[in-house]
Amino acid sequence: MKWEVGKFTVRPCAIAIALLVACIVSESLMAQAPARGQGGGRGGRGQPAPADPPPTPRAAAPIDLTGYWVSVITEDWRWRMVTPPKGDYVSLPINAEAKKVADSWDPAKDTGAGDQCKAYGAPGLMRLPTRLHITWQDDTTLKVETDAGTQTRLLHFGDWKAPAGDPSRQGSTTAQWETRQGRRGQPPPPLEQRFGNLKTVTSGLMAGYLRKNGVPFSEKTTLTEYWDLLRPASGEQWIVVTTVVEDPTYLTRTWITSLNFKKEANGSKWDPSSCEAS
Amino acid sequence: MKRHRHITVMAASLVLLVTVSSRASAQGGVEAAAAAIRGTVTDLAGTWANRLHEDWIERAPGPHIGDYSGLPINDEARAYADLYQVSMQNMPERQCILYTSQYIVMGPQNLRIEPEVDPISGAIVALHMTGTVDRASHTVWMDGRPHPSKNAPHSAGGFTTGVWQGGMVAAQTTHLKAGLVWRNGVPHSDQATITEYYARHGDLLTITMILNDPIYYEEPFIRNATFELDPQTRVLPEPCEPQVEIPRAPGEVPHYLPGENPYLREFAEMFNLPLEAVRGGAATTYPEYGKKLRATYKPPAKCTVYCCGGTGLTVPNTNNAACREGDAPAPTP
Repeated sequence: MKWEVGKFTVRPCAIAIALLVACIVSESLMAQAPARGQGGGRGGRGQPAPADPPPTPRAAAPIDLTGYWVSVITEDWRWRMVTPPKGDYVSLPINAEAKKVADSWDPAKDTGAGDQCKAYGAPGLMRLPTRLHITWQDDTTLKVETDAGTQTRLLHFGDWKAPAGDPSRQGSTTAQWETRQGRRGQPPPPLEQRFGNLKTVTSGLMAGYLRKNGVPFSEKTTLTEYWDLLRPASGEQWIVVTTVVEDPTYLTRTWITSLNFKKEANGSKWDPSSCEAS
Repeated sequence: MKRHRHITVMAASLVLLVTVSSRASAQGGVEAAAAAIRGTVTDLAGTWANRLHEDWIERAPGPHIGDYSGLPINDEARAYADLYQVSMQNMPERQCILYTSQYIVMGPQNLRIEPEVDPISGAIVALHMTGTVDRASHTVWMDGRPHPSKNAPHSAGGFTTGVWQGGMVAAQTTHLKAGLVWRNGVPHSDQATITEYYARHGDLLTITMILNDPIYYEEPFIRNATFELDPQTRVLPEPCEPQVEIPRAPGEVPHYLPGENPYLREFAEMFNLPLEAVRGGAATTYPEYGKKLRATYKPPAKCTVYCCGGTGLTVPNTNNAACREGDAPAPTP
């Protein structure tokens, strides 16, 4: 049997052969597609493909937080840009014991005791007017430096365990990327196509101040932060940090705030300063 | 015979091409749809409580007259705000004027978000955000529709479209009516636009709004508010019924003429701040301004107003000046 199509003659068996070949080639290509992403293309026929090691936290970062960032104080200006008067606890869900401690705040005494950095512990530090310099210390550690008080926070990814020992001003911080796109085992897409946020949890903190006028937090405090990167069409970049402070000693409930930092082109405005108690 | 072979090869190539490309295309579509289902959409539905752990004074009782601290406003905005008299809001004609969309992060209200879902595809068409009596309801259209013509009417809610960026909604609002940013007269114009982000982290929802206003602002004005998921939270859009709260002569409009507002220095004097610091402006929002300010600043010896507002030391939302000694902490809201 054959069909006449214009001046051509087509045999049904030719169509059947073409369909068969097309199906075989198509299935073969589709079967290979996921394997390529998993590094399966290098194993050769008949050999199991060696699995690529998972990307490091640095390579897997869904967002790029590195660079210089400046806090733009458009919220709580009077409580952050300057030290508020003693006894000003507005907005803070503190208890009577915290009020008692805050009422006894004496910045001269703190300075005399070498404790002028008490307002520069992680829960208070991020609310101060400061610049951040964020860099990768290594493939699993993000370093956050502040020019206010010249402090350094280290955010540890992976299986890092806090060393036993005394609490510290910036505590011990574990970090993880929160992202729900991409498949397990596949390399991450290019950075501009990734979305997600950073979650950090800090404990092991020395007691300090939530606010520069002596409103306290205790050594039992846990600080949880969610770092989002915003990229509006205007071309600016912002980090917004949603911050949750839990302190069974001085807070009646979690204290929830959010902070914003604008990206700067370089470190030309970086201006390290020492801690001030008042 | 030769011609038949030629046709066979051509037909095979054609069918091969069509089959492979259609499979690949279908696979891409499925991938995109699966990605949307897997990870790029976050459930924002629910009632969200505003805990007011920041800016309690500005958002609850309202800011002091003449306090523009932290606002990157220009001289035009200052001139406008300086004429403000609080009793303007008591006029029956003004009582039901809605705050514009930016008030989601500037105001004290809780929030309810209700997604509108396409019954066939399951896709989210819009996110409807309702508040309380004096804030416009806010709809973020998620279905890819364009913004209306620049000549279309402006409203308090404006016109907003959004897209998913990972699990976050990024949105853009245009067509706003002019409105108040703070309840002490600081304005935004009807040329203002807002870039918005809605980021959910567990039971927390952080909303960021970046206001761009070529008329009244020197720089984009960014504000965040974090809400907590709370099914017990009261979110009721109540009808507004204007009433005569202060009897006035017909035609009387409360106001101050330029240069005649006697209260503009009050806030600065209360907190020992230089007047220029509390008059706002972009420069006052950066750390270097704080350094300059702190070189001469001496805080008042003691807090005298709103000291415990929003804390666990008083009944929430009471505007008492000082904490009451021996008060038991208020129950956790």
